[in-house]
Amino acid sequence: MGKLAADQLTLSYDSTVIIDGVDLKIEEGKITALIGANGCGKSTILKSLARLMAPKSGTVLLEGKDIHRQPSKEVAKKLAILPQSPQAPEGLTVEELCYFGRHPHKKLLSKHTQEDHDMVEWALEATGMIELKDRTLDALSGGQRQRAWISMALAQGTDLLLLDEPTTYLDISHQIEVLELLKKLNRDHGRTVVMVLHDLNQAAQYADYLISVLDGKIYNAGTPEDVFTQPFFREVFGLECCIMRSPIDQKPMCLPTGLCPKLRAK
Amino acid sequence: MKKTTRKQKRPLLAILILAVILIVLSVISIGIGALYISPDAVVTNLLGLDHSFEFIIQQYRLPRIILAILAGAGLAAAGAILQGVIRNPLASPDVVGISKGSGLAAMAVILIFPESPVYVLPFSAFAGAAIIAVLLLMIARKKSIQPSSLALSGIALGAVCHAGMQYMMVKFPGDVNAALIWLTGSLWGRNWEEVKLLAPWLLILFPIVCILIPKLDLMSLGDELAQGLGENANRLRFILIFTAVALAGSCVAVVGSIGFIGLLAPHIARRLTGEKAKYLLPASALIGAIILLIADTLGRGIMPPVEIPAGILTAVIGAPYFLYLLKFEARKQ
Repeated sequence: MGKLAADQLTLSYDSTVIIDGVDLKIEEGKITALIGANGCGKSTILKSLARLMAPKSGTVLLEGKDIHRQPSKEVAKKLAILPQSPQAPEGLTVEELCYFGRHPHKKLLSKHTQEDHDMVEWALEATGMIELKDRTLDALSGGQRQRAWISMALAQGTDLLLLDEPTTYLDISHQIEVLELLKKLNRDHGRTVVMVLHDLNQAAQYADYLISVLDGKIYNAGTPEDVFTQPFFREVFGLECCIMRSPIDQKPMCLPTGLCPKLRAK
Repeated sequence: MKKTTRKQKRPLLAILILAVILIVLSVISIGIGALYISPDAVVTNLLGLDHSFEFIIQQYRLPRIILAILAGAGLAAAGAILQGVIRNPLASPDVVGISKGSGLAAMAVILIFPESPVYVLPFSAFAGAAIIAVLLLMIARKKSIQPSSLALSGIALGAVCHAGMQYMMVKFPGDVNAALIWLTGSLWGRNWEEVKLLAPWLLILFPIVCILIPKLDLMSLGDELAQGLGENANRLRFILIFTAVALAGSCVAVVGSIGFIGLLAPHIARRLTGEKAKYLLPASALIGAIILLIADTLGRGIMPPVEIPAGILTAVIGAPYFLYLLKFEARKQ
């Protein structure tokens, strides 16, 4: 079984139930994308998988144990989460940001160890940020900035990397820059990546597995080929579309042809 | 992409320069008052090479200057912490109601129990600040509280205290004058007794602040990242606010509710050192000490022997500079 899983997970904000009794399992060493319409609860699931949100009932299991019963710092050595559009204080450099990733490994009042320095250098190297390490975040392009944040998450030294919409507010070349980086981290460094993605074709192209969320439940899950079906697009997104294969890697792609009026009105 | 040619800040150098300014000012300040003592005489007296002004320096000027430095630093550090935690540049001990809470308690002592011994005043003032702090933290403890609503809760609590103070002034007009001087904040007549009251608190609190500095930086990344990196964001916020309140409360208890330092000093410091708590907090503390020292020195020196309360001068000097800062920041954006 995978390292990260959810068992009968129910999540709510106050009394509004967002996610209702969901089971899911994250495949180790793969890239998984959570997809679904706006407000379906996919980001909420991701937050809960990263123990940022306590479930109303059910459990999130990290290495088979309830994530909320493990010390938060220990969890942070196994799992890194990057929230959607994170904010950094003004004037912070890339390298300083990256060092925040070592926080869970630090004891109170102790200085950074050689391992910390090595990990930060490695993380900056792996994200291609080493030449930009002394730049401040506000002097970077959108894609570079996101890579800097990813370097911080990498410096945590975790096997699991969770990202909430890592490509939002980025233009297309920067989106690909980030997704290619995540693919590289997965293929070359064995990181398990879980992310919320908006762009369905990018999700199909970059993720090994897709989990689609509809009305607080999982609609379907599996490889992009399994998930991309006509009923899926109709019911989850209210779209009529034509499903094709990419001429390059044979991954499925969708070409929307119009709205599906009856279901969308619901 | 935003092209900003930012001037490289040198936080360590800034802190060093501030420390030197503080030392020079202290020497000058010791000399100023009803009897002027030249800076070189001050230095030789302090070093024990000369005893001509020993009594006046040791008994009157020195404790007062130490108190100004301690209280200014404490108020400014509290403001810097609050601004970081609440993530609102307007946060300060005055704004979150702490000063008002201690003001209410102090006023009750001065007006209702004017016969009570002198040492009751600082303790009751601290208790007043603590009560407001507890109320504020009870509100903050509730899950998912937004930093901005915390600031607003503080303002509401402050308003209630303010109403209480006004009621007392109307109801017990006895020694309103003394109460008003206390509310303005002044170092007049303070001596080693007050230093002994304040110093132990700060000796405990400043090391705690040093431990919390890395965590304050972590909080600036936002709750979710702080939690993702293994901290309990709500608990951490609670501890940070508690520390800031204790700092502000103990200072206000001794020097009265001197306003503006907690708001102004971190803003000046930010321009010199940037946002990083590691530099921002020491710089804020030094600037706070410098401001209060200048205010107290001017208050003594402008028209001796009449003294102008330091609290009035912090506002008179501070407000125009603050407006200038705001204008500067607006232009930057």
